[in-house]
Amino acid sequence: MNIILSISAKRLALGLATLLTISLIVFFSVELLPGDLAEAVLGQGATPEAVAALRHELGLDRPAAARYVAWVVDLLHGDLGRSLATGRSVVELVADRLGNTVVLALAAAAIAMPIGIGLGILSTVYRGRVFDRVASTASLAGISFPEFFTAYMLVAIFAVKLGWLPAVALVGSGENWMQRIALLTLPALTLALAVIAYVLRMTRAALVGVMAAPYIEMAYLKGVPPVSIVIRHALPNALSPIINVVILNLAYLVVGVVVVEVVFVYPGLGQLLVDSVSKRDIPVVQACCIIFAATYVLLNLLADILSILSNPRLKRPRQQV
Amino acid sequence: MHDTFTIDRRGLLLGAGTLALASSLPLKARAQSPRKGGTLRIGMADFSTSETLDPTLMDSQFQQNLHWQLRNNLIEVGPGGVLIPELAESWKGSKDAKTWTFSLRKGVTFHNGKPFTADDVIYSFNLHLKEGSKSQARPLLAQVASMKADGPNTVIFDLKDANVGFPAITSAVGLYIVPNGETDFDKGVGTGGYILEHFQPGVKSVVRRNPNYWKADRAHFDTVEMICMKDATARANALLTGQIDAYNSVDAKTVSLLQRSNAIRINRVKSKAHFAFPMMVDQGPFTSNDVRLAMKLAIDREDIVKRILNGFGSVGNDHPLSPAYQMYSADVPQRSYDPDRAKFHLKKAGVSDLKVQLHVSDTPFTGATDAAVLYKAHAAKAGITIDVVKEPEDGYWSSVWSKKPFCATRWSGRVNEDVIFSLVYTADGIKAGWNETRLNDDRVNRLVEEARREFDTEKRRALYAELQRIVHDDGGSNIFAFSDFIDAVSSKVTHGELSGEYMLDGSRAAERWWFA
Repeated sequence: MNIILSISAKRLALGLATLLTISLIVFFSVELLPGDLAEAVLGQGATPEAVAALRHELGLDRPAAARYVAWVVDLLHGDLGRSLATGRSVVELVADRLGNTVVLALAAAAIAMPIGIGLGILSTVYRGRVFDRVASTASLAGISFPEFFTAYMLVAIFAVKLGWLPAVALVGSGENWMQRIALLTLPALTLALAVIAYVLRMTRAALVGVMAAPYIEMAYLKGVPPVSIVIRHALPNALSPIINVVILNLAYLVVGVVVVEVVFVYPGLGQLLVDSVSKRDIPVVQACCIIFAATYVLLNLLADILSILSNPRLKRPRQQV
Repeated sequence: MHDTFTIDRRGLLLGAGTLALASSLPLKARAQSPRKGGTLRIGMADFSTSETLDPTLMDSQFQQNLHWQLRNNLIEVGPGGVLIPELAESWKGSKDAKTWTFSLRKGVTFHNGKPFTADDVIYSFNLHLKEGSKSQARPLLAQVASMKADGPNTVIFDLKDANVGFPAITSAVGLYIVPNGETDFDKGVGTGGYILEHFQPGVKSVVRRNPNYWKADRAHFDTVEMICMKDATARANALLTGQIDAYNSVDAKTVSLLQRSNAIRINRVKSKAHFAFPMMVDQGPFTSNDVRLAMKLAIDREDIVKRILNGFGSVGNDHPLSPAYQMYSADVPQRSYDPDRAKFHLKKAGVSDLKVQLHVSDTPFTGATDAAVLYKAHAAKAGITIDVVKEPEDGYWSSVWSKKPFCATRWSGRVNEDVIFSLVYTADGIKAGWNETRLNDDRVNRLVEEARREFDTEKRRALYAELQRIVHDDGGSNIFAFSDFIDAVSSKVTHGELSGEYMLDGSRAAERWWFA
């Protein structure tokens, strides 16, 4: 256990360093874009004096380095600052959006993970048979279709044609649980379809790798039925890569949903990030990026720890990691 | 002027041939008298997460609509550009058109119970005028020398120079009346037909009917929700499935698909909005008027209206007035595609092999890049080589427009002729940073001022006709198209004649529409 703790501590420290680097990159890339918030907010009607006035009011006339340092210092005090554009607190802006994004990601995961892993196991059991080939082809198609295409197809069929589900996910109007689930179904299904394919293929690959091992052959020779060979004998040893793919896809569900949010008008964090970049609202951009980066770093860490826990050999490494 | 046509099974109208007839029908006659109730949900295409309810910071379509749900101006613009008294009951100018006296409506209260008085008007206007203001309305009000209250119900504006068109300016976007001393604008306090319930920038707004609204025959819905929907397909799907009741900025390409549904009506209104490729008259080859004329003759306007606007617009004539303005002159000859005459003017200018760079992105208007490529093909027949330079979408207004000598632009039109001419075509316009062609013509500067002093409508008409001719002949604006506003509306929604000031009935759908 001590080894796991020390690995985690090191990873956390590395993660924090990564986050700082990311914030640095993000801040100065936004600086490099043409125009600043003053011009972006005032738009076509910006007179030079109005731009200057707004720039001064927002402190944009200070050097970039000074603004970055001030931002980091505030962050270390637990203060994400205020949006340059609206003057609202960033925490307040981000909190709702983050909640929405996480709910959608969890809904998608709840659909995708059991189906993906289940199909992966079945594909291994029926390896080389019709089921395996159909699942393999379908999952390739699932990966290949761009998300907006999947989304539009689902909307065209289930919302416009059949009228079973709402076309856009207008959450937050005091709907009850049933209504909320109905609203979330199509966006969650769109995301799930992209992810199921990955999970299926990774599960299958990991299991097939283990199936070549001598002890599996032994089980076959002893006459153990194929289903229980896969589930009882192979699966525990293939868990580590499966956990990895599940968790990395979970990170993707949180971070990579911009397209889905646009198509389903879902007020998530990705949309906020895109809008804020186009307005050059750096505090909000920074906050969103840090949240996204932290999601990846933490989930990666979690994946590593779970891999170790699921693999007894890694608990006693020959040398320190 | 405002062709409003509806396409549904019960509808009145049936195609372009009957447009003229439709516009002459009193549309109110077919509509029942307004009924109260219901929740109107509008999908808004144009919004930003950075929005506030500060009147000096604007202005997306979302903001305009929300402001006019919550607040009023002194004057409202109705269908046909007619000025309707709003918080001002009447107004009167002095003989020299330099002093304007507005009589304010009595018995109006703000949402917070505070009675509306002259102080509120002065405070609201000063928000834009005060030092360091970021308001886009500031150049419009620069002509105001002083404002004073004469009792609680009268406001007197003293102007630096005469301006017959001054009252119309008070109807402008941004000049909403807020309570005297208000600083927390996000509470949305105003005198309008709805009270703010919820506002999350970039996501949605919810307002409910103001039970004490001073306009008895307006604001019919119990609640109005506006939902930010950037994706055009999402807006269409939401309307088709009944999740919203209306949306703006309908993609011209999908209109014919939407028209197949009986549950949807397409509202198409002629507007003042125009698309152009402005040339800076003080830069490069464009200093020669012959080169400018060649460039204007080398564009096939019909083709652009057909292909880029899908027919939902009309050709422009290189000056900013459309028939939606009262002072539009039909006497200025329509310029059309003529590569041979373009060649003739190039020869006259002594330019044999004209090469120009046209800087575009789709920020000014959807299809701007395609329009530029089309123009390139048209111009090639006149021996002009246009090099289309694709610029980034964001940052366009700050780093391309008014910086590059030849680019794409869009104007949504202004309250009256004076504002659009003085803002964009005069020496003052250069100072304010709006004059994209840098046209500095003494006749134009003089005519704009003369027209401001002229009370006589016929004489003003002559002055503005002259202005339109000069800008058409000598200006740097290649104004090739006026676009129509296209909104899609559920057939459950009813309304009177539509205004073409902005989309969604002049951004006042919430106040003017009702459920049938």
